[in-house]
Amino acid sequence: MSLNDIFDSLFPAGHAVTVANQVITGEAMTAHGPVAVLGTTDAAAIDHAMALALSAFILDTVEQHPGRPLVFLVDTSGQALSRSQELLCLNGSLAHLASCVDLARRQGHASLSLVTANAVSGGFLSFGLMADRAYALADAQVRVMDLRAMARVTKIAHERLVELAADSPIFAPGAESYVRMGAIETIWPAPSAGLLEDALAAGQAAPASDRRMASGQERGGRQLAAGIAQAVGA
Amino acid sequence: MSLSLTNRHCWFEATARARINGLLDTGSFSEILPPAASQPSPHLAQLDLPGAFDDGVIVGYGQLEKKPIFVIAQEGQFMGGAVGEIHGAKIVGLLRRAAREKPAAVLFLIDSGGVRLHEANAGLIAISEIMRAVLDARAAGVPVIALVGGSCGAFGGMGIVAKLCSAILISEEGRLALSGPEVIETVAGVEEFDAKDRALVWRVTGGKHRYLMGDCAMLVDDDIAAFRTGTTAFLADWREPAPSAALLRARQQVLENRLAAYGTLRDGLQVWAALGVAQPESVPMLDRDSLVALKEGLPT
Repeated sequence: MSLNDIFDSLFPAGHAVTVANQVITGEAMTAHGPVAVLGTTDAAAIDHAMALALSAFILDTVEQHPGRPLVFLVDTSGQALSRSQELLCLNGSLAHLASCVDLARRQGHASLSLVTANAVSGGFLSFGLMADRAYALADAQVRVMDLRAMARVTKIAHERLVELAADSPIFAPGAESYVRMGAIETIWPAPSAGLLEDALAAGQAAPASDRRMASGQERGGRQLAAGIAQAVGA
Repeated sequence: MSLSLTNRHCWFEATARARINGLLDTGSFSEILPPAASQPSPHLAQLDLPGAFDDGVIVGYGQLEKKPIFVIAQEGQFMGGAVGEIHGAKIVGLLRRAAREKPAAVLFLIDSGGVRLHEANAGLIAISEIMRAVLDARAAGVPVIALVGGSCGAFGGMGIVAKLCSAILISEEGRLALSGPEVIETVAGVEEFDAKDRALVWRVTGGKHRYLMGDCAMLVDDDIAAFRTGTTAFLADWREPAPSAALLRARQQVLENRLAAYGTLRDGLQVWAALGVAQPESVPMLDRDSLVALKEGLPT
């Protein structure tokens, strides 16, 4: 499905969105009023320029459109892998982007992210996972790394990982695991204006505190985290 | 500060517990959820790997110069300090408690390669929760100070976490980055990044480079007492600012300017020359005090 088809399905009431250097920015109309639309496309490997384009757009929105919800479209293969990017502290630019999402939340902007294709490690951390809520399309790939690479790094046989992945959301790649772990709310069969409206409504009704541990426990994917954090935090 | 070699207690090689003991006022530390009250990771056990009762991170509270302090210390010698489900939840729990109880600071002794791949999804989500919890503690007015100088550095998601803290204190031996050089070499080739070239790795990710660029607030000697002195001095001058668009706008400008000026460079030597260092090739040889003096003399 092309990006334009996704926009048309999500925002039938109209959208004015541009894509430059794999970065999406713009606005769209929904039943809940105008929303800011931003994110990445074509499995973007997030670099400084992309992170700073996204953070600038968030700051513009905070300054010019107080309270306007943020809709992130996530398609990232992770972070750019290059020496020049690391030389300028790529983790610093990704942290800056995450800080901007966080500031928007504190200033009353509801946010949600929709994984349209890929959501991998550092690229996912910097904005998709910073939103109040995350959703994913049915065929989205959500992961830290695939099982073959994981087998190589951990020196555990690939067959063994495949066998364990069948019933372990702790490390099995896939959006379904992230739902069970509490980090993704639901999987959408296709991009849909109705589902987006429901998600925006949920975001406006519920507090923006981080409930992912509790969700992960309720859904049976993360049995330990909530209790441990509670024991330490009490 | 000149330290005789015999009195130094190297931070790089110390365990997380030794770092805490040397950092805080003597005998003041109390661990929360100590090993006897905890359990090793069942996910590692499922893969027939040995666990640790503290799951590679120690959390608790104590005092620094008589002020109440919370501490998180990752143990780089267990699974590379990597974040799994229990490890991450302990950190999140402590940060949430800090936002509520408001100690003078949280000291975050980072020594980690990032996500523990054996618990990949749990680790990634935990790091996202840590990111939000760090920002929540700071928004509550509690400074969160990252101390980086261990053998695993601060990489992957923990590199992002470090840059979300109020400030980073780093040693020359400390490293701070996103992708490890080995990962870049594997994916992009040895001509892109030769991970075996130690000097190059330090010129790109090491403490001196990060300090010269302003990504770390303070450079300290690889010595536990130096981290203690540095942390005390930093906190004496620091008031945690409220989150604001103005602060992030200023940061945005700095990062954009920097990308425009240095975006095509590939070696610390080139960046230092561009920063105005007259003899960039001498930087790796300078001791800590000389390097701090050099930075203070740079044109701004």
